Amino acid sequence: MSAAHDTGGAPAAATQNACKACMPLGACMAYRGVEGAVPFLHGPQGCATYMRRFLIGHFREPVDIACSSFSEETAIFGGAADIHTGLANVTRAYHPAMIGIATTCLAETIGDDMTMMLHQHAEKTEEGNAPLVVAAATPSYSGTHADGFHAAVCALVNALAESGACGEAADVVCFTNLVSPADLRYLKDILADFGLSYVLLPDYSETLDRPTAGEYEKIPKGGVPIDAIRGAGSARASITFGAAFRPGQHPGTALLDKCGVPARSMGLPVGIRASDLFLRHLEELSGRATPEKHTAERGRLIDTYVDAHKYLYGRRAVVYGEEDLVVGIASFLDEIGVVPVVCASGGRSGGMAQALSGTTAMQRGGIQVLEDSDFVDIGEAAEAAKADLLIGNSRGVGLARRLDIPLVRVGMPVHDRIGAQRIQHLGYRGTQSLCDRIVNALIARDQERSEPGYMTM
Amino acid sequence: MPETDTDNLLNRVEPAPDPETAKESLLKSYPIKVARKRTKHMVVNNPAAAPVIQANARTIPGIITQRGCSYAGCKGVVLGPTRDIVNITHGPIGCGYYSWLTRRNQTRTESDQDHNYIPYCFSTDMQEQEIVFGGEKKLEAAIQEAYDLFHPKAIAVFATCPVGLIGDDIHQVSKRMREKLGINVFAFSCEGYRGVSQSAGHHIANNQLFKHVIGRGTTPVEGKFRINLLGEYNIGGDAFVLEDLFERCGITLVSTFSGNSTVDGFERAHMADLNCVMCHRSINYVADMIEKKYGIPWFKVNFIGANSSAKSLRRIAQYFENEELTARTEQVIAEETAKAAAVQGRIRPRCEGKTAMLFVGGSRAHHYQDLFKEIGMKTVAAGYEFAHRDDYEGRRVLPDIKVDADSRNIEELSVEPDAELYNPRKSADDIAAYKAREFHFNDYDGMMPEMEEGTLSIDDISHHETERLIEMYRPAVFCAGIKEKYAVQKMGVPCKQLHSYDYGGPYAGFQGAMNFYEDIDRMVNARAWAFIDPPWKKRTSPQLTAHYGDQ
Repeated sequence: MSAAHDTGGAPAAATQNACKACMPLGACMAYRGVEGAVPFLHGPQGCATYMRRFLIGHFREPVDIACSSFSEETAIFGGAADIHTGLANVTRAYHPAMIGIATTCLAETIGDDMTMMLHQHAEKTEEGNAPLVVAAATPSYSGTHADGFHAAVCALVNALAESGACGEAADVVCFTNLVSPADLRYLKDILADFGLSYVLLPDYSETLDRPTAGEYEKIPKGGVPIDAIRGAGSARASITFGAAFRPGQHPGTALLDKCGVPARSMGLPVGIRASDLFLRHLEELSGRATPEKHTAERGRLIDTYVDAHKYLYGRRAVVYGEEDLVVGIASFLDEIGVVPVVCASGGRSGGMAQALSGTTAMQRGGIQVLEDSDFVDIGEAAEAAKADLLIGNSRGVGLARRLDIPLVRVGMPVHDRIGAQRIQHLGYRGTQSLCDRIVNALIARDQERSEPGYMTM
Repeated sequence: MPETDTDNLLNRVEPAPDPETAKESLLKSYPIKVARKRTKHMVVNNPAAAPVIQANARTIPGIITQRGCSYAGCKGVVLGPTRDIVNITHGPIGCGYYSWLTRRNQTRTESDQDHNYIPYCFSTDMQEQEIVFGGEKKLEAAIQEAYDLFHPKAIAVFATCPVGLIGDDIHQVSKRMREKLGINVFAFSCEGYRGVSQSAGHHIANNQLFKHVIGRGTTPVEGKFRINLLGEYNIGGDAFVLEDLFERCGITLVSTFSGNSTVDGFERAHMADLNCVMCHRSINYVADMIEKKYGIPWFKVNFIGANSSAKSLRRIAQYFENEELTARTEQVIAEETAKAAAVQGRIRPRCEGKTAMLFVGGSRAHHYQDLFKEIGMKTVAAGYEFAHRDDYEGRRVLPDIKVDADSRNIEELSVEPDAELYNPRKSADDIAAYKAREFHFNDYDGMMPEMEEGTLSIDDISHHETERLIEMYRPAVFCAGIKEKYAVQKMGVPCKQLHSYDYGGPYAGFQGAMNFYEDIDRMVNARAWAFIDPPWKKRTSPQLTAHYGDQ
């Protein structure tokens, strides 16, 4: 335990400067990746406002999140009337194909029965007018935004996926975890290059990184079509990125249980080894060899590792954020000789520590893993470990300043730079971009401190 | 690809549509029930015969609103900018996390020894077991922990939604800890479901400050002309500009509620001789209560805009009726006005005749109209996010405002003159004499009387209405917050954030005004907009399109 949390051996009572957001935020983000969907919070309006502000600030895109606008009376008597009115108003204003409901801690605390309320709502609604409604239980006190994201993805699978003849609708379902729109676009290119038909769940590659063309659409174009989610149930296989899932929230397992789709699982494909593994899955599923352009990209990445090794080897990095992102980046750092001295997350699924224990980085030792941690814990560990840089979201800015080391921004939120939606993390190309950014951050810092102010490479 | 003329397509001045027709069009797509409600929130301004507007009504479920909650108003807005109170959010992690470092409140400590907890976010991070078995123990431990870590002057506790439901008695816990630790510990029942917007949270916050903090200070305040500034939150460094102005004039600022503020300042607020109210919405009731209890008069000021700043400084000088103060104030005004005029002169020709819309806050939609006027821009539509009728129509309507269920659950404090500290700074005769000279206390005329005939006031504007309005009026700039920003900009119209100032500012005082002129010029004349074909351009006839291309 950190010094600031030194409460005589007892666990700290307060979380100081949290390294996690709340569950419904992740759920709203996942729903944003379904075509024609509007996210809807069952709870008070403040939640929707806070989460919209967070997501809009990160993606620099409009993000509408509707809500049932709980009043004091609702909090006492239950939210059935508000959810009915709310759904009806969203239906009228947006004509959505789907409304994705995420519950707030208030709704869960008063014990609103969502199944019953939705049943009543359906009875009161004219048939043919009603959009599909999918709901996930996402009380803030039960997990982080990543857990909420997975809960919503599982809710979509459980509500929609339909069994069918194997490979009928798609070859492969990819459960991509919390990654950037640019990551998703790149994944789609890779899958297409292998000739695979695919379902990306969710797919906010267009909805959260929209072109400006003068026309404002209430519901952005793009997203995985609802029929494609239905078809996911007959895919030949699923690939799930990540390991930090709470019980019952592994989307690949959910799809296997519901429709019998064989589930493959791996960490986020960051770094050469993990990207190789991903492409091997695709080779097996497609029966095709990796296309030349990807082999070339891999070669260029190795070339970068070589060019950069003298700036990187032995440097010490603190990695924090969503559990699976931390595991992916730590594994990549080991490839370039950077020691991930502190691997930290506000999440506590147990998956991060377990996944890290299987990495070569951990086997080499000298790594502190902090689950359920906050920025005070991270700061103290970073200081003790004499870290050279931070890799994580913008909430580490204060820490970077205090320690006077660079921050390489990944994950979310990235509120203080343009282009969060285009930060790449995955595959050879994403790793390339990460590697360039990390090495340049270190070079820039050395350069700032060098007497002549310039350096030749 | 179409050719884009980046020099001549910029924000052409559009003829304004007929306001009544515009209003009709905003309501057209609503079902009758919603339209009937919303029509009362939209009025066509007529300064000669002020219309009535509906405000501070609950948002309809499913209608996407700009508004936040009472926790946001209480913890985020009012207590957030105070640097030496440790704020503990009691609840699951979300609320604390989202209100951490997001409001751009700045502060300057006076020495290295001074505490500043603004960069910290404490949350009890309640888990399922606390929801089921209660969270009082965890809260108590968190208060103890914060005390052990920092030994702060005060600790404040904020309730989030589930806390009210599970019945944790945060006030009792705070009282217990206050007695145990010997520092001020107080709590706010600001559960997000209370009230219709963040405005309720401001009220809850201010009531508790009045009850637990104001008037506790005993160290006298030096200075001849002592004032408090109420309703100024130091976004983008606004308070720093004003502090500097006051100092140059020789005015002593006892406390600001609550930009760049300290507990000590709050505790000694009763030692000021005048309360100046900036944001009427968030704090006018505190000015009233302080006057009743301590005898300090108040009037409305506005430091947004060079003219308004000059006017407000003059009023303060007139209040104190001191020749030296008046001379110094006039000198500062003369120096600053000259500087501002130079920038105005440069920017005005580039902005003249363009139009603006403001849908933000509880006072900003009003105050910023002055700034636009100074560079020749007209506000064609404006409205508040969380204000009440008096902020639109003026305090004369206060007796007519209906008290509804949502207002009733905000505590109304009954205030009596303090047995020891009550000291009326001006006698009834003095006040009458001021009045005779058209110098009014306890007054605010509101936004609507100052808006031109035929402009629109729209309360709690919805997403849908925003889009329609922009399409009809094609303003050169739209002022709102981050939630609206990117939707508006997708339509090819720049959106100025007036909550965070787009990380610009300060915008208060004369220096702020100059910053604002420059920033607005940068926005409305940016080349980027020329690359966007907004819907109204696409819908024009082919000849007209060709004409634009030739311009």
